[in-house]
Amino acid sequence: MSPLLAEIPYWGESLLRVLGGLVAVLLPAGTIVYVFLFKMMSFMQSRLGPMEAGPYGSMQLFAEVGKWLQKEDIVPERADARIFKMAPIIVLLSTFLLVVVVPFGPDALFTDLETGIFYALAVSSVSVLGILIAGWSSANKYSLLGGLRAAGQLIAYELPMVLAVMGVVIQAGTMNLQKIVVAQNSGSMFGIDAVGHPYLISQFVGFVIFMIAIQAELTQAPFDMPIAESELVSGYMTEYSGFRFLIFFIGEFATAGVFAMIASVLFLGGWGVPFSWFGWTSIDEVDNWMNFAGPLIMFTKMMLIVFIIMWIRFSYPRLREDQLQRFAWKGLIPVALANIMVTSILKVVF
Amino acid sequence: MLGDRQQLSYIAAQAADARLNLELETEGMTLNIGPQHPATHGTLRIIARLDGEQVVWAEPACGYMHRGYEKLAEVRTFPQVTTLVNRIDWLGSFANEVPFILAAEKLMGVEAPTRAQYIRTILFELSRIANVSLFLGDLGVQLGAITPVFLAFRDREYVLNLIESATGGRFHPNFDRIGGLKDDLPAGWIDETRAVMKKLRNFCDQIEDLLFGNEIFQSRTRGIGVIPRDVALQYGLSGANLRASGVDWDLRRDQSLPMMWNKADWKVWTHPDGDSFARCWIRLQETRESTKIVDQLLGSIPAGPVMAKVPKIIKVPEGEAWVSTENPLGEMGYYVVSRGDLGPFRVKIRSASFNNISITPWLLRGVYVPDIVTILASLYFILGDIDR
Repeated sequence: MSPLLAEIPYWGESLLRVLGGLVAVLLPAGTIVYVFLFKMMSFMQSRLGPMEAGPYGSMQLFAEVGKWLQKEDIVPERADARIFKMAPIIVLLSTFLLVVVVPFGPDALFTDLETGIFYALAVSSVSVLGILIAGWSSANKYSLLGGLRAAGQLIAYELPMVLAVMGVVIQAGTMNLQKIVVAQNSGSMFGIDAVGHPYLISQFVGFVIFMIAIQAELTQAPFDMPIAESELVSGYMTEYSGFRFLIFFIGEFATAGVFAMIASVLFLGGWGVPFSWFGWTSIDEVDNWMNFAGPLIMFTKMMLIVFIIMWIRFSYPRLREDQLQRFAWKGLIPVALANIMVTSILKVVF
Repeated sequence: MLGDRQQLSYIAAQAADARLNLELETEGMTLNIGPQHPATHGTLRIIARLDGEQVVWAEPACGYMHRGYEKLAEVRTFPQVTTLVNRIDWLGSFANEVPFILAAEKLMGVEAPTRAQYIRTILFELSRIANVSLFLGDLGVQLGAITPVFLAFRDREYVLNLIESATGGRFHPNFDRIGGLKDDLPAGWIDETRAVMKKLRNFCDQIEDLLFGNEIFQSRTRGIGVIPRDVALQYGLSGANLRASGVDWDLRRDQSLPMMWNKADWKVWTHPDGDSFARCWIRLQETRESTKIVDQLLGSIPAGPVMAKVPKIIKVPEGEAWVSTENPLGEMGYYVVSRGDLGPFRVKIRSASFNNISITPWLLRGVYVPDIVTILASLYFILGDIDR
């Protein structure tokens, strides 16, 4: 623990961490991811994208936030008002809770949980609750269908995600995200330590499954049936307006960013550079400047993964609900289980 | 009033509901898809009774956009009617004018000069390309892929520019006249069109790669919404929907009209499957064929006038005429009755979409909600064409 925080009582520290998480990570991440994605998507679709708000459209997110905040916050007459209002906050909460365990540098982290990845996977499923009650409490048939689809889908894809992470956990021998980062950067492959040992290479199957699963967890195409704008109008978000819709909307992009961070921690070496470059051997030897460089490195990797997520999103049509379930249970889960077996055998052998 | 067949299916649906209620104590849900719904680009309403996500019974309710064109045509003169019929299928509007004008010409016994016939055919095919290229993009949106529609809008714009430079109107050219065309082609139009046709063929290749080759697209459309050959004929389907069910029928080839399709070398595609994929695939191939037709006709346009000798004030002699053509959406025909006045006494419009969606109660039974969208998209209707 840093000396600065030593004098502050526990509740104050927790509050600071939460605020820090909000301001330092989520806001810039959300903004930059949003602008980057809109530009990227526009260029893929042979158009310019946002150009008016700020230089080159870079302030588009703020313009949109301003727009949504001005709108009326409508609650349908027959909706269960209290729960209806709560739902988007639950969804956003799960994103916030998720960010807490992500390490951004040797000391730049909010919490150093021993069971970090376990915690992350657990709180990421909280958003299902929010989506389900959003769908149910809206008193709208489309919302109900969307909410039920979301519940089925998110639960089905939680499993392959957990199983894909298992491989990494077995290989690193720890659930602590910080230690997983260190294990990748200080490791070596067949005695060559020039690039460390990113699990992207040894856990490639796990990486692919993890990417597919987060695509589904984020309800992005080809797994976007819960929203399915051409069938269900807007799925569980149909009845939301004003800032509650905004929360869903920003939450979608922010969650994409956070999941991408977790993916980069698990498979791409997170904030670190291969330790051999600077002659470090353990985390204690890492220079302090990595606390500044780390978040940037992390951010670059996150952008890369978000790019892949959105690239797929913008080029694929949508699966049907039953095809989606079949894909998860008959395709991904068996492969993920086989991956765990092979990983554990190799772990024992080497 | 429900038809007999629909009545029976409704009773069956009710019975199925009752049985389910006894077994599981669940009740069905009636879902109104439309009149305002993103899947029904227009104001079509599909009433669907659902059991979970499965459709037990469905029926289209149309008429939300009825504009009374048949009645309006009775109080207009013959040349004025083209402005009305332009707006029936608003994506391929030039093609709407042609059968009406042909019917009027038939009654008057005039025939447009050869050059006018060539230009008519070219513009007809251009409006088909503009229409179907938007379908190809929209298909992606209906299935959740948002990129194809932007490609479609980009490339359709080239075609619309061509139509605009020749006729003055992007969507509603109103260019056809009884006895010929309003104007000749502008200078340089032919070369420009050739270049655009190349772009459009490129666009077809892109869409084929992006959409038709995609496994998800195939699994969403193959085997979904199968219309067997005899059912397609019973329901009076036409156009690509009929050809996708294996019926080799194309009015451009099978009918002798004063148009120039028979001067070009092109192919009528059919598909044996009759499913959604077949319908989409046929349309893709037809767009390619259309670009071929345009390319060939451009090379052989003869010189000459574009307007035959017709009186200044057009009075159509007494009589009745029926002319139908193979429009982008299917067979479109006009039955024109004249009593020798300035305007028609009665016009009956046979539009393709109305018949094409009449099959939906039969087709949607038992499918899942996502497939409703796929099937409706693949049937390809335009609301103006249903409601007139």
